[in-house]
Amino acid sequence: MRLEPIPNPTLTRRLGLPALALLTTVIAASLLAMIAGAQPFSVLGLIIQGAFGSKFAALETLNRATPLIFTGLAVAVAFRAQLWNIGAEAQLYVGAVVTVVLGTGALAWPAFALLPTIAIAAMLAGAVVLLVPTFLKTRFGVDEVVTTLLLNFVVLLWVSMLLEGALKDPMGLGWPKSARLIGEARLPRMVDGLRLHWGFGLALISALVVWVIQRRTTLGYEMRAVGLNKDAAAFAGIPVNVVLIKTALLSGGLAALAGFSEVAGLKGSLTLDISPGFGYTGIIVAMLALLNPLGVVVAALFVAGIFVGADSMSRAAGVPTYLADIMLAMALLMMVLAIMLTKFKVRRS
Amino acid sequence: MTTQEGAQVVLRLDRITKRFGSLTANHQISFDLKKGEVIALLGENGAGKTTLMNILFGHYTADEGQVEVFGRVLPPGHPKAALEAGVGMVHQHFTLADNMTVLENIVLGTAPLWRMGFGHAAARRRILTLVADYGLQVDPDAMVGSLTVGERQRVEILKALYRDARILILDEPTAVLTPQETDDLFATMRKAVALGLSVIFISHKLHEVTAISTRVVVLRHGELVAEARTRDVDKHQLAQMMVGAEVPPPVVRDSTPGDVLVQLDRVSTPDRGAAPGLKRADLTLHAGQIVGLAGVSGNGQAALADLIGGLIAPASGELRLSGAVPTRWSPRAALAAGIARIPEDRHKTGTIADFDLTENAVLELYASPPFSRRGWMDWPRARAFAQTVIDGYDVRCPGPDTRIRLLSGGNMQKLILGRVLEITPNVVLANQPVRGLDIGALTYVHEQLLAARDRGAAVLLISEDLDEITALSDVIHVISEGRLSPPFARGALTTTELGVWMAGHGFEDVTHAA
Repeated sequence: MRLEPIPNPTLTRRLGLPALALLTTVIAASLLAMIAGAQPFSVLGLIIQGAFGSKFAALETLNRATPLIFTGLAVAVAFRAQLWNIGAEAQLYVGAVVTVVLGTGALAWPAFALLPTIAIAAMLAGAVVLLVPTFLKTRFGVDEVVTTLLLNFVVLLWVSMLLEGALKDPMGLGWPKSARLIGEARLPRMVDGLRLHWGFGLALISALVVWVIQRRTTLGYEMRAVGLNKDAAAFAGIPVNVVLIKTALLSGGLAALAGFSEVAGLKGSLTLDISPGFGYTGIIVAMLALLNPLGVVVAALFVAGIFVGADSMSRAAGVPTYLADIMLAMALLMMVLAIMLTKFKVRRS
Repeated sequence: MTTQEGAQVVLRLDRITKRFGSLTANHQISFDLKKGEVIALLGENGAGKTTLMNILFGHYTADEGQVEVFGRVLPPGHPKAALEAGVGMVHQHFTLADNMTVLENIVLGTAPLWRMGFGHAAARRRILTLVADYGLQVDPDAMVGSLTVGERQRVEILKALYRDARILILDEPTAVLTPQETDDLFATMRKAVALGLSVIFISHKLHEVTAISTRVVVLRHGELVAEARTRDVDKHQLAQMMVGAEVPPPVVRDSTPGDVLVQLDRVSTPDRGAAPGLKRADLTLHAGQIVGLAGVSGNGQAALADLIGGLIAPASGELRLSGAVPTRWSPRAALAAGIARIPEDRHKTGTIADFDLTENAVLELYASPPFSRRGWMDWPRARAFAQTVIDGYDVRCPGPDTRIRLLSGGNMQKLILGRVLEITPNVVLANQPVRGLDIGALTYVHEQLLAARDRGAAVLLISEDLDEITALSDVIHVISEGRLSPPFARGALTTTELGVWMAGHGFEDVTHAA
């Protein structure tokens, strides 16, 4: 067996293979469901129904997709420039902390001034969190995979410390939980009476903005050039390190918006379980989207749908919710394989 | 040497065909190699020589045809089978471990790892015998990292001989050697055939081919176009076979040097690993003049190219542009100073493979109008520029939206050429501008460089091909271990004299005189 590069893959190949990857995932998951004792092909239907079957379910899926869009964008932007940001989780929590610090009454401003201020402050804080590893990378060649990954644990412990101390809600009956945001600091709902908040709208706008940056601006051109061939970029006079720093600012800021949106839009206060690994799932989302910012939205809806749908599927079919995790893992593996197979064909030697 | 008509056939290539997508790299190629014979495999870059050798050696699998060694068909796709059958290959790029001795490098892979260090006495005796038999002078206990390029090549040949190779394939072995080292290599090759080995010698240097080979096999565009006994053909005929048409030598009119545009005054730059930096180099580039830099590869050419291209700054000494010392030296500063840069490696540094032609065309220019304003790209303008370059420099491609990965080396080089020349630079830095190009593209690039000179640009031509340097340059410098020779006017030195400088002689006297 050997791999031969395909110089110019056809559109059929580029779209068909990822579709095939998803189909394979679904079939494999159905088989697993069968082993667990459920009707094999009912599982998919139950997941879809659980995720999009009712207005309530669909809105729940959109809510769940919101932080994933932000972290997915953060990862997609960074990976495009080959800046391996594994620390979206840390940037998310820092964004959430800033939201709580500024949103619990420290600034008594009207909502139209307060919300943008908090969002920008959160973005800056998230940017700084990624700036440190990026600086270490550009200056000393420290591997950012290690530093960003380890910072996740540092930041989580730091947030834990804050929730037990400085940020602890005095009225919280001793739970490690922050005080609630004031009304002006809450993101309003997109539709009256429904649980969907404006964080989702902000996520869609962000995806569009990132897409425009990548396609239409010099910065986007530089980020793609640095990601595809650093040597050629440097030779042509593109300031590689400056581009990486700018990429880090954008990526860290986007991840922090996930924390802002979760606290100001959904939860209203900060707890340690505000993110069930959104930062890490963002990597899956970005990879499934092939790092395309608009694809991130679709991939985030797909991933959120599986998570939300798996809950009701597990109740109805009596199979464990772990199936959702397995499906995601398989979807990722299949997608990575599909990406490889769009670029190479396998030949028997 | 005589061609042994009745001698045993040791290697037979039988109707080898290899396709890469729509490109046929080898088409129905057949020839025999006999015992005690040196076959020169001749052809332009891209003619299919390397592909053919990779098939022979098992790196590629042929689509059709087969390889026979000593009468046995080699299983396709197994480099080990070729090795065991007695085929040894010396690649252009050496595969030696710098941190091990010559002896260890040679033995590596022939004995189980856990036995390394034992049984070296026998290995040493064997190597010393080979050294004596083949005239491959090298110390078995020297660290490979401390060896010269010529010595490393001898180690590679020893490696093959140690593995009982009866057929040696040498892939452009002289590209990295001085003329004198080449003579040593030829002496070794003569000893090898006298001892009954057979050699395939890949080259595109005609005088070497006529000097060493018994038979010539010429490839062109993947096909075997001629096969002849070397003594029956002359260089001129060989050149014609290679390119398929009469090769017109470039017409070089004398030039009158203009103002000094670039000047290096005792510039030194740091060493980079095994590659030396510049050592107190003096160099002057005049408007309307081509300055050729001759030298064996890896002697500081990269440092000089990077310095003038803005990638590194002098560690000591001064770089002056039109008499002024630039305050901050960077690729952008170099571009702003009107320096057009044709990089040595068009794949790695010249272009971005997955960018389309438009994106590659504006790689150096995107940051300023008309291609962008206030951070916004103007893609229609960029595309129009790419189209101008495509039309003006004969870049054969489906259009500006094609990914550059799909272009041939020659067309890629034409795009780079167009990208830098279209903005009428006053200095052109051409580093190995025709490496790997076919004769058409090569002639085109040379014409463009001459045209730039005649327009009044200062051209610095860096090349490992001495013929290219002597054909085009008004003034020649030789570089060796980072030191620059004084300038020699066209025709002032013979090839042999240049070779002496390339080997590193003569520099001391100059330093003393200064």
